[in-house]
Amino acid sequence: MSKLIFEKSVAGSTSFRLPPSEVPEGLALPASMLCTEGPALPEISEVETVRHFVELSKKAYGVDTGFYPLGSCTMKYNPKINEWAARLPGLASIHPLQPVDTVQGALEIMHHLERILCEVTGMDQFSLQPAAGAHGELAGILMMKAYFAKHGETQRTVMLVPDSAHGTNPATANMAGYKVVQIKSDARGRVDVPSLRAAMNEQVAGIMLTNPNTLGLFEDEVAEIAHIVHSGGGLLYYDGANANGMVGVARPGDMGFDVAHLNLHKTFGTPHGGGGPGSGPVGVKARLAEFLPVPIVRQGSDGYYLECNRPHSIGQMLAFYGNFGVLVRAYAYALALGGPGLREAGENAVLNANYLRHKLRGVYDIPFDTLCKHEFVATPGKLKSECGVSTIDIAKRLLDYGYHPPTVYFPLIVPEAMLIEPTETETKERLDVFVEVMVIIAKEARENAEMLKKAPSLTPVRRVDEVGAARKPILRYKAEGL
Amino acid sequence: MAYVPNPPAVRQQMLEEIGLSSMEELFFDIPEQYRLKGLDLGRGLSEIEIQRHLTKLAAKNISSYPIFLGAGAYDHHIPVAIDQILMRSEFYTAYTPYQPEISQGILQGIFEFQSHICALTGMDVSNASMYDAASALAEACNIAAEVTRRKKILVPDTVNPDYLAVLKTYAQSGVFDLVTVHCSKGKVGHELRAAIDDQTAAVAVQNPNFYGILEQDAEEIGALVHEQGGLFIMAVDPISLGLLKSPGKLGADLVVGEGQSLGMGLSYGGPYLGFFAGTDKMLRRIPGRIVGQTTDREGRRAFVLTLQAREQHIRRERASSNICSNQALNALAAAIFLSLVGPKGLRDIAERSHQLARYAEGELSRVGIELLYPEPYFREFIIKVANPAAVNRKLLAEGIIGGCELPHGLMLAFTEKRTKEEVDRLVAVIGGAR
Repeated sequence: MSKLIFEKSVAGSTSFRLPPSEVPEGLALPASMLCTEGPALPEISEVETVRHFVELSKKAYGVDTGFYPLGSCTMKYNPKINEWAARLPGLASIHPLQPVDTVQGALEIMHHLERILCEVTGMDQFSLQPAAGAHGELAGILMMKAYFAKHGETQRTVMLVPDSAHGTNPATANMAGYKVVQIKSDARGRVDVPSLRAAMNEQVAGIMLTNPNTLGLFEDEVAEIAHIVHSGGGLLYYDGANANGMVGVARPGDMGFDVAHLNLHKTFGTPHGGGGPGSGPVGVKARLAEFLPVPIVRQGSDGYYLECNRPHSIGQMLAFYGNFGVLVRAYAYALALGGPGLREAGENAVLNANYLRHKLRGVYDIPFDTLCKHEFVATPGKLKSECGVSTIDIAKRLLDYGYHPPTVYFPLIVPEAMLIEPTETETKERLDVFVEVMVIIAKEARENAEMLKKAPSLTPVRRVDEVGAARKPILRYKAEGL
Repeated sequence: MAYVPNPPAVRQQMLEEIGLSSMEELFFDIPEQYRLKGLDLGRGLSEIEIQRHLTKLAAKNISSYPIFLGAGAYDHHIPVAIDQILMRSEFYTAYTPYQPEISQGILQGIFEFQSHICALTGMDVSNASMYDAASALAEACNIAAEVTRRKKILVPDTVNPDYLAVLKTYAQSGVFDLVTVHCSKGKVGHELRAAIDDQTAAVAVQNPNFYGILEQDAEEIGALVHEQGGLFIMAVDPISLGLLKSPGKLGADLVVGEGQSLGMGLSYGGPYLGFFAGTDKMLRRIPGRIVGQTTDREGRRAFVLTLQAREQHIRRERASSNICSNQALNALAAAIFLSLVGPKGLRDIAERSHQLARYAEGELSRVGIELLYPEPYFREFIIKVANPAAVNRKLLAEGIIGGCELPHGLMLAFTEKRTKEEVDRLVAVIGGAR
């Protein structure tokens, strides 16, 4: 059990010092605005601070720690050159409002990256501003809204979302002021085209689709889907969260999508940071380009500049231009792989997923056991019905074996789902050992289900009381006696 | 670089094992017209080439001059220990801590961040972070509209114009109506007071405001909007809270701010750190991840993502925010920063920044340069100059990144990193450039 850093506070122990002052002291501030006592922050030396956080790091699990088959999250290796690049002083220490002629290198990187994203997705223009996938979705849906406003079609107040969609899709549509109508999936795990056809009308702004979908299946009727939505006057939004296995293989821009975002922290090898910072650039077809967020990096005769005056733009999504440090990492990634390497990555993401699906067949249920793309769904099957072992038990037991579990209980349309995404950066050896462990766990489920229900037992803490946490929330440190 | 670790022979072996003979067969489910032949992006580069290329691009940027730009991003000192800790790849290569048993380190780090933010702001609850202050403020407006079932959000034009721009974007959802209130004296006053009525969902005040000035009427504005049944939102500068009364003391219901100053580089505008805090009453409205303390099966203290029923993955089309990935690593940086500097260090940084600004004001007045608004400021002020762009050009020629160009002057920011000598040079150039 690690003490909180607040519990390690020792008055007067802070190591931090400023240089001696060269200017007059004193404050010219109204007393009514000053605090009488400072904020209750801990006082702690540098050495104890460093040890505290190193201790915490030892109770965390990253891609560098081991296999992380967390479906729809694309936990692949983050090349170290990316970290080096983002820390170059010429990139890390420039102010966003510096004159453009003092940041030409930064703008050049953004411009090149924007071109790369267009090539990868088949879209015509990108904004690099959104800070995460969900942020890109919001920008994209607001652009669709602006498009319809400009064309006098404000009656389009409905957004179609498949029942297998990521939770961000319906939440984004709601946040942007749309009513969500859910489209069911068919027996093949794809969008039910007749349902879509029936739902499409002049109230519908469009559909938010991820392809491959969250079952890892390619929406092979995408041409018909695009035709239905377009001929009904709607637009297609591409949720790029599942794009990793598509890079170099197929492009949303060719499939009829009008707006698309990419998660650079998934598809372009930038680290997830324990929950961000990510980056969710959003791209559009030419007819929507005027609505892109501002500013846009442009190349002029005197060099690069930021174009702000775009009258139909939805405006700014952030105070500045996006998570630039993440963009630099993504650019370094794209440079390192190049065109052939990006395709190779996409292909091998799909190869690894299909290999794992093949190897787990018979041990676990694979409800849609056909060619998958970057991920697939498995379930406990008989382990649940005969031994009473749930997905959560399997996931927790994986922790004891040193693995991060798959995404569990998602997509919602498959009960007890385990969504498995191995990514292209796992070797065959690692996949084989993971399969062995999954086989052992299945055996344990049959022989000692109770043990699985108590798992994990080898982690820093045992299963935690999530219900208690929500019922009686303790959300910050409180000094004793307060 | 060769990114895929399996060599071609192994890939072939894997293909054969699943009954396929070529990579192409993995994509037979994609209609042929969509199958791509390849990307027009050139070959992949070696590490040597990437380093050469990016070093060259980075050298095109000016990053070594003393900088007097602020306007929402500040050149404060970053203790070296922060990046050393952030490079622990258990932290930076981890996903959102969905599996608490192997993520206690990240969860505790976020819990400590939340505790720091509550201590700074005087609020009861903080989330795990937002993208930046501007988007955090926009989400606060969404909440205010939802809580009060009113739409009108009053925002004085002393709030950072980039924040206002983002509010305008988010307002296109129709959830709230943004009403910007012009304030003539560089601070909120009678204009804002007069605008508050019983249709007001919230008033959002920034302190210190965009011009660096302390909003001395903030507390009174808060009381007024409360009388009318609306919420009081404050956007604050965390460095200033080493010195200034917390927004909690001023009566704020929701508090947002830009945490970039807490140990993050300028990095051309991001990644930065939005923070978001509120009173207990706001608990179940707050967007994004929140970490709570609980126990494990053996009764040990443990941390876990909590109150997830608010969030998009559970609530889906009924969720009022879609945020999931946030700025977790930046939040960790801020937690490390605040631990390293402590309450005294934070106060020292705030005082020194303020004192350097005061010194600059005094020196500027000696060469005849006046402030646009003669009001108490924290570490930033606007000087009256006829042609701010020309002044900035002159400064740049002398090896100084100048201030933020505004219609009526040049806004200069001061941090503890600036020296007397740098300020003297700044004053000399501006004094001569007039």
